[in-house]
Amino acid sequence: MAEAIQAAPAPQAQPTTWAGRFLDSDIWASFKRSKLTMVAAFVTFLFMAAAVLAGLAPQDPFDPAQLDLLNSRLPPLWDAEGQAPFLLGTDEQGRDIFSAILYGLRISLAVGFLGVAFSATLGIALGLIAGYVGGTTDAIIMRVADVQLTFPAILIALLVDGVVKSVLGGQLDGMTTLSVLVFSIGLSFWVQYARTVRGSVMVEKNKDYIAAAKLIGLPAPVIMFRHVLPNVLGPVLVIATINLALAIITEATLSFLGTGMPETMPSLGTLIRIGNNYLFSGEWWIIAFPGVALALLVLAINLLGDWLRDALNPKLR
Amino acid sequence: MFAFIIRRALQAIGVLFAVGIISFAMFRFAGDPVNQIVSLDTPAAEREQVRRSLGLDDPVPLQFVHYLAKAAQGDFGVSYQFRQPVADLLAERMPATLELALCATLFATGFGVLMGVYSGLKRDSLLAKVFQTVSLVGISLPTFLIGILLIYLFSVTLGWLPSYGRGDTVKIGWWSTGLLTLSGLKALIMPSITLGLFQMTLIMRIVRAEMLEVLRTDYIKFARARGLTTRAIHFGHALKNTLVPVITIVGLQFGSVIAFAIITETVFQWPGMGLLFVQAVQNVDIPIMAAYLMLVALIFVAINLAVDILYTIVDPRLRTSIRQPA
Repeated sequence: MAEAIQAAPAPQAQPTTWAGRFLDSDIWASFKRSKLTMVAAFVTFLFMAAAVLAGLAPQDPFDPAQLDLLNSRLPPLWDAEGQAPFLLGTDEQGRDIFSAILYGLRISLAVGFLGVAFSATLGIALGLIAGYVGGTTDAIIMRVADVQLTFPAILIALLVDGVVKSVLGGQLDGMTTLSVLVFSIGLSFWVQYARTVRGSVMVEKNKDYIAAAKLIGLPAPVIMFRHVLPNVLGPVLVIATINLALAIITEATLSFLGTGMPETMPSLGTLIRIGNNYLFSGEWWIIAFPGVALALLVLAINLLGDWLRDALNPKLR
Repeated sequence: MFAFIIRRALQAIGVLFAVGIISFAMFRFAGDPVNQIVSLDTPAAEREQVRRSLGLDDPVPLQFVHYLAKAAQGDFGVSYQFRQPVADLLAERMPATLELALCATLFATGFGVLMGVYSGLKRDSLLAKVFQTVSLVGISLPTFLIGILLIYLFSVTLGWLPSYGRGDTVKIGWWSTGLLTLSGLKALIMPSITLGLFQMTLIMRIVRAEMLEVLRTDYIKFARARGLTTRAIHFGHALKNTLVPVITIVGLQFGSVIAFAIITETVFQWPGMGLLFVQAVQNVDIPIMAAYLMLVALIFVAINLAVDILYTIVDPRLRTSIRQPA
């Protein structure tokens, strides 16, 4: 994404286009100053591109017809026993680790993004309502938030996951499991958005432009979403970036614990769970590569989040 | 101050009540309590009779009161998987989790304070920068990856430490402890490090920031002017004042440590409550899930309350400012 913007032409004197204004902004300047952030952005971009282009991988790991048991547990290509085209080796079902990582990335990132989108939507909506309406509504929403904040998100995600599965019952297919994961991750991370948005709304709603909007007779929902919301989005963006890393970790953890994605449609966490069974038999590549991929992805997103927090905070400049 | 503690206690009861409602809703609506008693081929008429005898035809609020009353007496129903009372299962596994959480907290506090003090005093040294980098990686790496990495290093490659279980345990009354045998202690090392690593980085960052802050204050300058030794200033005066926030964090994080033990216990197959909970989620064993939720809520609320009370005792400034609650 960043690369595309960089390539856009920028008029030097008076930036008028969107891209021009972006290149002239403080955020871009601070981005260019930090080498670490540029590396992190590049790594993140690389992972996203890999996830999008996973279809080009040598093998479709979700298609059992493409798996051949004769190719099982092959070491990586640079090992003497490695075989083309299995760059990073294969697991016990003859699944190409490299292809599985690409497809797994796709699922991890999809759950991460959808989970963040769901929790942000829920949190922003509840925060806006609590802050703008106030009174009993505010009290109820914030008490629920307080109770939820007492528990770590991973515990809530596990509970929601377990309860939803017991309500749905039976064996769930891959897509349903994915939706359940998005739902449980979304429900466990909304509180931070709601609190932040509520705080900002309390400040914004006493300003003149809101009074003006009320005077011309706009209904409350329009004021909330069209006028208040754009002014409180800055901090939300920071939380969303950091929460993307958290959501990916949570999904990986749930899948590792065996309550997430099934082995027929593995995410990075499931791949690590599968590889964990071969830790003692010397087939280190089955777990090592998915583990490294997950760690790099989370580290890169965390670094981006840290930078964004500092860049959007005028007090630190 | 008394009013403050009363208010906090009322809040705690409110939280417990809310969790009780959720726990009851799970127990009653997500899982069918009748299935705990009967087998798969029980005829419908008999199921109906069991249903009536369990009081499931009563009004829901009345059922809730019964549920809470039973829970208060330690009766959480029967596990679907094990066909045993949930309370017995949890009690059997509680010592393992508590010992693990305690060791993890001790490890995190000890090393966190040491590393924090060092990087606060010599913040430009190479070692301090290494600590900072390690803490960033420690926060980014998922817990289970750290555990797997440790197992690969110390169990698979070096063969020094056991990779799963608690080792030999000794029974003291109903409490089974792994702290008294060599194999038990060896088995504790890696799970404690895995579980405590996140807390360690947290404590390290706080101690470092506090040390930097405190070293700038006037009373430290005065201590220098009095000609006290550097050691006395750093450890007698500065460190003491950084410890108040550390106590709070250690206390408040203890609940999280118990919750995060779920992951560590799965990685190391540690026979504690967390592993029981994960197995319950995998097998949709609702009574265990509901009971675990109540138990963790109780532990969390009790610790929060204790920390609040301790805080007012440790920090006299709070006693006067408490009338305007934060």
